Parts: sequence; C-alpha cells; structure tokens
Amino acid sequence: MNLSEHSSILIVVVPLIASFLNVFIGLWRRSLCYPLFLLALVICGFLSIDLIQNIINNGTIRYKLGGWMPPWGIEYVVDHLNAYVILIVSFISLLVAIYSKRSLEKELEESKLPYFYSTYLLLVTGLLGITVTGDIFNLFVFLEIASLAGYALIAIGENRSVLASFNYIIMGTIGACFYLLGVGYIYIITGSLNMLDIAQLLPKLYESKVTLAAFAFLVVGVAIKIALFPLHRWLPDAYTYAPSAVSVLASATMTKVGIYVLIRISFTIFEPNFSKDIIPAGTILVWWSTIAIIFGSILALGQIDFKRTLSYILIAEVGYMVLGVNLGNKEGFIGAVLHILNDALMIACLFMVTGGIYYYLKSRNIEDFVGLNKKMPLSMASFSIVALSMIGIPPTAGFFSKWYLIIGAIKAEQWIAVIALLFSSLVNAIIFFRILEKIYFKKGNSTKDINVKEVPVSMLIPILILATSVILVGLFSGKIISSIIQFTVPGGF
Amino acid sequence: MEIITSAKPLFAILVSLIATILIIITGEKARNLREAWTIIASIVKFTIVASMLPDILNGRVIEYTLLAITSELVLQFKVDAIGIFFAFTASFLWIITSLYSIGYMRGLNEHAQTRYFAYFAIAMSATMGVAFSANIFTAFLFYEIITVSTFPLVAHKETPEAIKGARKYLVYLLGTSVAFQLTAIIITYNVAGNLNFLTNGVFHDNISHNLITLTFLLYIAGITKAAIMPLHSWLPAAMVAPTPVSALLHAVAVVKTGVFMIVRVVLYIFGIDILKSLDLGTVLAYIASFTIIAASVIALRQDNLKLRLAYSTVSQLSYVVLGVALLSPSGVMGSIMHIVAHAFGKITLFFTAGAIYVATHKTNISQLDGIGRQMPFTMGAFTVGALSMIGIPPFAGFLSKWYLTFGALESDQLIVLAVLAVSTILNACYFMPIVYAAFFKEPKIDKHNLHETLDKRTLKEAPAIMVIALVLTAIGTILIFFFPSLFLQLAQIVVTNTTGGY
Repeated sequence: MNLSEHSSILIVVVPLIASFLNVFIGLWRRSLCYPLFLLALVICGFLSIDLIQNIINNGTIRYKLGGWMPPWGIEYVVDHLNAYVILIVSFISLLVAIYSKRSLEKELEESKLPYFYSTYLLLVTGLLGITVTGDIFNLFVFLEIASLAGYALIAIGENRSVLASFNYIIMGTIGACFYLLGVGYIYIITGSLNMLDIAQLLPKLYESKVTLAAFAFLVVGVAIKIALFPLHRWLPDAYTYAPSAVSVLASATMTKVGIYVLIRISFTIFEPNFSKDIIPAGTILVWWSTIAIIFGSILALGQIDFKRTLSYILIAEVGYMVLGVNLGNKEGFIGAVLHILNDALMIACLFMVTGGIYYYLKSRNIEDFVGLNKKMPLSMASFSIVALSMIGIPPTAGFFSKWYLIIGAIKAEQWIAVIALLFSSLVNAIIFFRILEKIYFKKGNSTKDINVKEVPVSMLIPILILATSVILVGLFSGKIISSIIQFTVPGGF
Repeated sequence: MEIITSAKPLFAILVSLIATILIIITGEKARNLREAWTIIASIVKFTIVASMLPDILNGRVIEYTLLAITSELVLQFKVDAIGIFFAFTASFLWIITSLYSIGYMRGLNEHAQTRYFAYFAIAMSATMGVAFSANIFTAFLFYEIITVSTFPLVAHKETPEAIKGARKYLVYLLGTSVAFQLTAIIITYNVAGNLNFLTNGVFHDNISHNLITLTFLLYIAGITKAAIMPLHSWLPAAMVAPTPVSALLHAVAVVKTGVFMIVRVVLYIFGIDILKSLDLGTVLAYIASFTIIAASVIALRQDNLKLRLAYSTVSQLSYVVLGVALLSPSGVMGSIMHIVAHAFGKITLFFTAGAIYVATHKTNISQLDGIGRQMPFTMGAFTVGALSMIGIPPFAGFLSKWYLTFGALESDQLIVLAVLAVSTILNACYFMPIVYAAFFKEPKIDKHNLHETLDKRTLKEAPAIMVIALVLTAIGTILIFFFPSLFLQLAQIVVTNTTGGY
C-alpha cells in the first residue's frame, strides 16, 4: 500500500488516534504523553508537506472514504488552497506544541497535562478535518470537534477563563447552528452534501429564496466563528484568559481555518458570480469587513492587557482577509490568501512572546514591559521584527499581503477600504512603537523585573523560527504566490 | 547608456551591516576594537563607493538585481550619477563623523555607546540603499529602514524629553510614509505599471491629470524626511539626539534622503515634461519658497543653538526642493549641488555645536559671548560654515546659490529670485550675530563663578579628535568651491539625461 495516497485521511486520523491514546497512556505513565503528542504532530507535519508536494506536482486529490462513491460517500478533496491551509495549521500546531511544554508548567497542574494534550490533538484533528473534507456536513462535524475542544482548552486557563469560555460556547453554538441550518437548506433543495456535487446542482436554483437563506446562514455562521466585527464579542475574553499556548494555537489557526471555510462557501459551493452578480453579498462583506478593520484597530488602541490588544488586532486582521476575499479581483484574493499565512505567523509569534513575558513576569500589562530588552534580548528582537511586519514595513511578510490587498481594493474602487487598510497600519504603528519604546528606552522599574530572564530554550526556538519566517516569507512571497496561491484564485476573477 | 552588472552597490550597503554585527559582538568590553569596526567600515564603504565613480563619470550605469520578490516588486540597485553623488557625499562624511562621534561619546562619557554605533551603521547602510535604489519600492524599503534605525538614536538619552522627541519623529516619518508615500507608490503602480526610476518618468500621456496631481501631492506629503512645511516639526524635535547624530543624520543622511527622494520622484517618476505641462513644478516651488522664508524667520527666534541650526536645515533643504521644482537645467544643477554644499556646511555647524557642548556644556546662543577666544578653531570653522550657508564665495554654498539664481531666471520665476535674496539676508541675520558675539563681545561676567569667567580667556577646546573633524569639514567646504569639477560633472550628467541639457 502506498502511504502517500492516503495522506489526506491520515492527517486527520493520526491526531485523532493519538488523542485517545494519550488519555489512556496518561493513566499509566504520564511521562510518555508528551512524546506521543509531539510525535503525532510531527507526523502531521510530514503528511502536510507530502500533501502539498503531491498537489503541486499532480494537481487536486480526490479521496473517497471507504471506497464509497461521491456524492453518496464522504469525499476528501484537497487542492492548492486546502493543502496550503493544512500546511499552516500543521506547522503552527507543531511549533505551539514545542512551546507549550515549558509554558504550561506555570499555568497548569501536572495531573491535567494528558487531558490537555488529548484536547489539543482533538482541536488539531478538527481543524485539519475542516480543511480536507469535501463534504459540507462532514465539515460541520469537524467544526464542532474543533469548537468543543477549543471551549475546553480555553476554560483550562485562569479563573475568568470559565466565564469567557461560556460566552464563547453560546456564541460558537449559535454560529454552528446557523451553519447547520444553511447545510440543511442546501440539502433540502439539492439533496446533496458533497461540495462539488452541490456546485453543479445549485446554479439552476440561484433564484430560489431557499438558496439565499442558505447562503446567508452559512456566511453569518462562519462570521461568528471568525469573530467578524460586530460578532466578535466572545474573542477578546476567550483569547485573553486562555493559557498562553492555547491563545497562540487558537488565534493563529482557528480564524484562518474559518476564512478558508468562507472561501469554500463563496467560491466552491456557490459560483463566484453568485456573490458578485446575483446578490450583492461581496459588496456587503467588503463594507462589513472595512468596518471590522477600523473598529478592531481602534479598540486595540485602548487596551492595557497585551493579549487583549492582540485579540483586537486579530479582529482587524480577520477584516483584512474577509475584505480581500470579497473584493472580487485577483489581487485582493491573492492578498487575502497570502495574509492567511502571514497573519498566522505574526499573531502566533506575538502571542508566544506575550506568553514568554508572562512566564517570569506574571503580567501581561503593557506598562510592565519596561526595560525588557535587557532581560529578554532575543524574544524582544523577534517581537520587533514581527511588529514591523504588523505595521507593514518591507521586506517583512506583512508588507506584501497588504500591498496586494490595497491594490485589490483600488482595482475594485473601494476607496474607503483602502483608507481603512492604511489607517489600520498606522494604528498598528502607534500600538507597537508605544510598546517598543517601553521595552527599549524606558528605565526599568525595580520591583517587578527582578527575576525576569530570557525564556527557556524550548519556548524561544519556536519564537525565533516564527520571527525568521516572517522575513523569509516576505522575501519569497513571489515564489509562494506563483507556486501555490495563484492556483487558488477562483475562476472568473 | 552602457550598463554594467556588478554587486558593488550591494557591498557598499552590506559593509556597515556587517560592521553592526561586529560592533554588537565586540561590545563595551573592547571599546577601541568596537570603534575600529566603525572606522574600518566607513573607510571601506567610501572606497567601494569611490571605486564606482570612474564608470559613472564615463556615462555608464551599474546595475544589480538582488531579488525579485514578485514580478513587480524587485529589490534592484542602480548606480547612476545622482545616486553616486549622494552616496559619495554621505559615505565621505561618515568617516569624519565616526572620528567625531568617538570624541563626543567618550568626552561626555555617554551610556549605551554600543547601541549608538550599531544603529548608526545600520542607518548609513540604509542611506546607501536609498542612494542606489533602482525603483521606488527599493527606495521605500530603505527609507523605512532609516526611520526605524534612527529612532533609537534620537531616543538615545532615554529621558522623558528624548522619548517624546523620538515619538514625534516616528509619528511624522513613519506615519506619513505609510499613509501617503505608500499610497502614492501603489497608485503609481496601478496607473503606470512600472516602479522603476526612468529618465522620462513612468507615467504615460493618457493618464488623467487629476490623478497625477493627486499622486504628486501624496509623494510630497509622504516624503517627510525633506522637512517641507508644514510637515517639518519632527526635525527640531529630533535635536534631542546626541550632536553627531544631528550632524550626520539630521543634516546629511536622513534629511538628504528626503530631498534626494523628492528629486528622484520629480525627475525620474514624473519627469520634467509632465510636471511642466501640469504646472506642478510651480506649486512645489511655492511650497518650498514658503518653507525657506518661514523656517528662516523661526530660526531667528531660537536661542538654543541646535534648534537654530535645525530650522536653518529646514530652510536649506527646501533650496534643494526649490531648485528641482524650477524644472530648468540650472535649477536642477543648483538643486543637486546644494546637496553637497549644504551637507558640508551644516555638518560643520553641528560639529561646532557639539564641540561647544562637550567643552563647556553650553547649549544656548546667549551664552556664547566671547567663546571664540576660548575655542578659536571651533568658532573659526563655525564662521566658515555660516558663510557657506549665506552663500558667500569662496565657500561651497555660493556655487549652488549661483545655479539656483540662474535657474530662477531661466524659468522666469521672479518671485523665486526674491525668495533667494530675502533668504540670504535672513541667513546672515541669524548666523552673523553668533560669529560676532563669539569673537567680539566680552564674556559675561558671572559674579558667582569668577574662576570660570577668568578661565574663559584661556584656550579650552573640545577633544582633539573632534576639532580635527570639524576643521576637516570646514576645509572641505572651501575645497569644494575651488575644485568642484567632480560634483559638477556628476550633476551635469543628471541634467543632460533628465532635462536634455542647456
């Protein structure tokens, strides 16, 4: 049997099995949990590389689960877009896993670790499942696996995380219900759950009110999951009070996978011209996301807790991606897809650094970051690089996605969106330089920083890898676009 | 035009980046070695730049493509006459400033000297990058690196005042470049499809005039490093930096990057023909004229020496902008010549301000009575710098003013002629009283501190290395007047290529 043929299913099965194994092994010998956990994620990493190579060489993979023919059986369809998102999710979750070992020491009781690793693997299973599947109901199942694991992981955090997680459950469940209702409507009128099958059946039914309702439910459902302003209220609390490692994983992967689902709904299940010509959904989403960018940025300015600042920045960044996807031209779309990668790297690195600061300092308050460059030079250097990328200064990655997004917005003649993108860059400049100023130039305060030093090596390495990749991805964005992203652009753009 | 492919421009940029790493590794433990890296890097950089001169003077162009990030965003270097003109000036003055910096930092026993030298080297690297950029994207990249790398230099003292100044510096430079310059670049790409610096500009004839006007204004507003009013107030705020920083960066590298970019944009992005047909040159000339006069008037009222010099810089930078805005051969010639003339003159003046501070801890003009007797070399150099600023022969400033005046006549801008005349008088008004006070006024008798007053009659110069540096730049100011042929030749090539010559 050729393993490579099955990598699209293995990438879901491996973390799923490891997740269950972990619970039982944890009962027997706790020290084996972490190696198993790491092994599963390393395998996912290799599988994702295998997948993307396969797709670059041979094109789309269609894998029939259990040999059942679609549209009756579940089908996994992997093209350039999925493979790209899978690669991002696998690598970020691997880096976070390396990071989590020491980071959790101070945030979680040791007896809970096996459960943590299991839930973590379940979350990864869910996210990877959402990305590989070509079946909208199967997608819902994975969406719920990911969400439930997410609720649990967030609730592990400090005291207030339970309430935050509860709010998230309410909102998340509403989002999932909306999505399910959309799936239901589509099933009612087409009788199919397979994306490619639906895509062939739907165009005749575009005028139907049911189709419109289905589209609206799907989009709003996903909008809640990706915290598109003003449906974002659950996110800042959840990501602020969760354990550091969970914040990193959730912020860097969950919203990105949500964007992926949005792209699938708008451009695979529905034809691109549906949201452009038949209903003005694209235009509405452009405006909606423009508002998200502006408000996310403004709200980020007012925060003292740095994790909360990052959460609001993330909300603005989600706006970037939704905007780019809906601009309706090639440049905007490329910008959005490129930003999925860039934002994952940047947000993950920033949350990791915040976790690193919290590790010794026991504070996330921006005011306490004074003079940290002397204690944590490497973390702070990484932080600075990513901060420049967030502002969008070349040659860091952030510049290039912003470049394409702005060109896309100009081509679409969405001038307000252009201004919003620039405005958000400026706000990021204010936010990050205010912090850099504290880190590098304010005189240290004597009480809090006595025991602060550079984070442990296993936490530092992921941070350094991410910061380096922010520059490398920037320098090679042309290559990434020409070998992967340009094939993800929907036809008709 | 013959094109040579060579990695020399890249090396010129990398030299000081490598030096940065060495400086950081060496650190405070081996100060002499650390300073040696700076000196070696500056000399090597200058040598590399100078080695490209013969080719450029023979009308050739050196090109090097580093990396095509995407098909339209390419990191590419091109060494042409104007680029090497700027790079030559800046890299030469870096050698002298390095010497001066060592004297200044040690003389004052400053903290964080490693950081200071490291970021200084990065800033010089990026300055070469702007000078050698082949397209506006590469230029923008290095422009931003300059901003970011000079931020720690402005905030060097780490006092609340320094941090406040640095914050203003950053808000103005980074804010406008992201908001306006980047927008302008993106619009340029969208309508012209080309970001390269071309001798006739990149815009086609069929592009809407309103859009070109908008883009032009966005560029002018976005290149804040040129300190065109009303976006100038970051420059006085940056004076909280140590004096060598003010001298090289805020009189030469950073601000000249600004005017250099303006010249690039005017000549190589828009091109003279388009600006003439839309009369945008005149608009820019009037903005620059206003800046020249207004900044000079403000300079008159400053008692702090460095602040007066800063406003004088604001005013003088607009000479460069004014010259190129005239869009006539002599105007462009004067504009380019003023880059070097002002660089030598103003760096001398800042050097003297620093020397006075190190020797006597004085910062205000009203304290300088009779200081010429105490510091004859320093104040002598100051006089040279001041006379060059006013534009009196035999100093470099005369040359550029000469061409600028011709430029004003060529394009029939009598108002500009008047501006030049008034500004010369204002320059004299704010510089000559200092020279007069230093040499001819009696030192103020301080009754509480009689000993020190008596001291004022004896020689008390700054450390020798600083005095040598400032005397060298003063001599340079005179030498440029007598032997300007190198600079004139380079400027001539630019003028011939862009305006079609006289």
